[in-house]
Amino acid sequence: MITREPEYFPPPGNFIGRLGRGIVFSSRGLGRALLLLVDTLACMRFVFATRTRKEIVYQMFVSGIKSLGVITIVAMFTGMILALQTGIELRKFNQEVNIGAAVMVSMLREMGPFMTALILAASVGSAYAAQMGTMVVSEEIAALEIMSINPVRFLVLPRMVSLMVMTPLLTFYSCVMGVLGGGMVGITQLSVPWHAYIRNALDFAAAKDLYVGLLKAFIFGVIIAIVACHQGFSTTQGAVGVGNATRRTVIVCFLTILVAGYMITRLFYINALD
Amino acid sequence: MIELQNVSKVLSGRTILDKVNLQIHDGETCVIVGPSGVGKSVTVKHMIRLLTPDSGKVIVNGDPISELSGVELEAAREHFGVLFQGGALIEWLSVRENVALPLREKTSMGESDIIELAMQKLTLVGMADHSTKRPSELSGGMRKRVGLARAMVRNPSILIYDEPTSGLDPVSARTIDDLILSMQAELGVTSVVVTHDLHSALSIGDRIAMITGGRFVETAAPRQFVESENESVQAFLASQFITRKGDWENWRR
Ligand SMILES: Nc1ncnc2c1ncn2[C@@H]1O[C@H](COP(=O)(O)OP(=O)(O)OP(=O)(O)O)[C@@H](O)[C@H]1O
Ligand SMILES: [Mg+2]
Repeated sequence: MITREPEYFPPPGNFIGRLGRGIVFSSRGLGRALLLLVDTLACMRFVFATRTRKEIVYQMFVSGIKSLGVITIVAMFTGMILALQTGIELRKFNQEVNIGAAVMVSMLREMGPFMTALILAASVGSAYAAQMGTMVVSEEIAALEIMSINPVRFLVLPRMVSLMVMTPLLTFYSCVMGVLGGGMVGITQLSVPWHAYIRNALDFAAAKDLYVGLLKAFIFGVIIAIVACHQGFSTTQGAVGVGNATRRTVIVCFLTILVAGYMITRLFYINALD
Repeated sequence: MIELQNVSKVLSGRTILDKVNLQIHDGETCVIVGPSGVGKSVTVKHMIRLLTPDSGKVIVNGDPISELSGVELEAAREHFGVLFQGGALIEWLSVRENVALPLREKTSMGESDIIELAMQKLTLVGMADHSTKRPSELSGGMRKRVGLARAMVRNPSILIYDEPTSGLDPVSARTIDDLILSMQAELGVTSVVVTHDLHSALSIGDRIAMITGGRFVETAAPRQFVESENESVQAFLASQFITRKGDWENWRR
């Protein structure tokens, strides 16, 4: 059941009490979020039901296509900044042409998935949390459960699947845009010809960089959907609660994405350290 | 039959329900009245297990719904149609799709049958003309009527109405009262109606239960209710200009 009994705890008396409660509540939140993930994965068998499919396509449009604009701009500027910064240093050694490799590899490995996930967490994730939160407050979730319509299947599943698909796609797109942006800076500011830039970029990019980046994006997508829906469902106390859920979603998503990003990098590039 | 047995509930450190007992028989219309914030919504939420009693039991058609979970709970909830106090409509679906939702999700009916049935229920509550609107484009009273249509659409055996007529103009309110009456007369549904409106309570209720201070202070048929000696009941009646000697039969249809 998503709808929970209202809880009441008298305010904690002192610092120790507050700290203890913070730890207990965070662990409980983590546990509930993981349960929600398991629930959603268990609902995966409904992915191809007609109604779910329609909703997934719609959510893909909302989360994906509508984020294209901002992702284009952010990715291009990230690529441009990367090219400019590395270019300034490399110029000292007459190695400006290597900005291609620098931009390509950092976009694929880190910046692409990372930037995309942060943008999606802040825009789509917070929107999910606000929507779920409002539905809790206006008793829509309760109404669904009374009608025996599972909110996880009805609401979480389409959102998670759409982010599972859209985050890698948008990440790939942002890598392309970043490399383009880097190339523009190369041509105009560092007089690196376009073909040399692209050749250099492609020479250094490995297939592994791409698939680890896309895997990262996939996991970030799952994180955003689950954190947002979990926070939304945990909303109490009306409009203030919806605001809190939204705020917490963005914070928790950012932190989790950072930590998970590090872990995945560590896992796949561990040999590179030797 | 719905039975609350010694149900107690503490919310936010306050005792809202204090060993409450109530029996609602099959085919009966039971009206729950009482001042605002006294626990009427909390009482009906126990019947559909949106709240679990701290102690005591809730039994619906023989099933202890307060102790069920999972599939059994889902099965027990199949008996109910619920009108929530605020309507609880899904905001991104049109009025018609909201009413059609339970049919789409829980039955294998064909598309045209679903639409037809949804429109039929919307006509009953006088909302057929607004079927393509979104809930956000409706007034509070209109949302309520759509919520009512959704609650009825699968012909449940128990209907729970949380303030079906508050926020409605008097004419629509009487239409809803008539609808509740006809649901009972024609389909034999059991109804639980929460209301502040004593006129409505007296005209549709087989029994009226008044709750204050965490307990039902009076549970009686309309005539006996009006004649009750209980002070809270008398104050409540007087506030709506209904006197003990008043010709209450005028309210009765
Ligand atoms: N989720 C909750 N958390 C904490 N307290 C609650 C909750 N829901 C209700 N209460 C408390 O329970 C009491 C009864 O609430 P309830 O909603 O049942 O009132 P009501 O009788 O339906 O009033 P109204 O006629 O205004 O709808 C209120 O005092 C409220 O403060
Ligand atoms: Mg209420």
